[in-house]
Amino acid sequence: MERHGLASYLIGFVLAVILTAVPFWLVYTHTLPPSRIMWIIAGAAVLQIVVHLHFFLHVNFTTTPKENLLAISFTAILIFLMVGGSLWIMIDLHQRMAI
Amino acid sequence: MNANVTAVPGHRHSEASEIHEQRELGFWLYLMSDAILFALLFMTYGIMVGNTAGGPTGKQLFSLNNAALETALLLISSTTFGFASLSSRQGNRSAVLGWLAITFLLGAGFVFLEIREFLGMIRAGAGPDRSGFLSAFFTLVGTHGTHVSVGLIWILILSGQVALKGLSLPVTSRLFRLGLFWHFLDIAWVGIFSVVYLPGLL
Repeated sequence: MERHGLASYLIGFVLAVILTAVPFWLVYTHTLPPSRIMWIIAGAAVLQIVVHLHFFLHVNFTTTPKENLLAISFTAILIFLMVGGSLWIMIDLHQRMAI
Repeated sequence: MNANVTAVPGHRHSEASEIHEQRELGFWLYLMSDAILFALLFMTYGIMVGNTAGGPTGKQLFSLNNAALETALLLISSTTFGFASLSSRQGNRSAVLGWLAITFLLGAGFVFLEIREFLGMIRAGAGPDRSGFLSAFFTLVGTHGTHVSVGLIWILILSGQVALKGLSLPVTSRLFRLGLFWHFLDIAWVGIFSVVYLPGLL
C-alpha cells in the first residue's frame, strides 16, 4: 500500500515542476536556437507524461492489471497509426502543393 | 485482477469489490477512448496551425505567463487530488473534503483563466471563425476546458456524497475513478502547453 503513498505524489510533483519549468524557461529566455528548444519541449513532454502515468495514475508493470496495460498499448498503437498516418499524408500533400 | 491499484479497501475479495474493479476497467477504457479523441484534436491542430488566413498567429495571441499560471494551477490540483486519495485510504473524511475543496478551487481558477483568455481573443477579433488555426485552437483547448469543467461538477457531487454517505465502498470507488479522470486531464494539458503554447511563442 505504501508504494502509492505520499512520497509517490511528492516525487511526481517535483519531477513535473522541473519538466515544466525547463521548457517554459527556454521559451521565455530564447537561450538556444528554436529548433533545439522544440526538441527539448517534445522530450520534456514525453518524460512528463511518463511521470504522470507512473506517480499520479500509478501505472506500472507489477500492480497495474494486465487488461489496463493492454488497453494503454492498444491506444498507443491506434494513436500512432492515426496521428502518424494523417500527419504523413498532410505534410506530403502540403509539400506537393508548394511545388 | 490485482486490487492493489484501487483505492477500494478490497482486501476482502467480496462480490462488491469485484464489481468496483470491473467499473475501474470500464472507466479506464473510457479514458483511453478520450486519449484517442485528444490525440486526433492535437493532430488537427498540428495540421491547421499554419492556416491563419492572414489573421493573427499564436505568437501574437498567446501569453506565456497565462499558460504558465494555468499549468501551475492544474499541476498543483492534480497533486492535491492525490492527497485526497491518500486521505480517503486512511479513512479521514474531513481531510478528503478539505483536499477536494482545494482541488476544486485550483481547477476553478484554471477554468477562469481559460475563459478570460478565450473572451479576450474573441473580443480582439480572433474567435474560432477567424481562421483554420483558430478553429483548431478553440476546439482542442475548449474540449480540454469542458472536461475540466465537468470534473469540477463531479468534484462537487462527490464531495456531497463523501459528506452525506461517508467513505463507503461505492463512494471511495467513485473517488478513485474521479482521480483517474482528474490526473488524466493534467496529462492532456501537458500536451496542450507543449504543442500549442510553447511552440506558438517560440
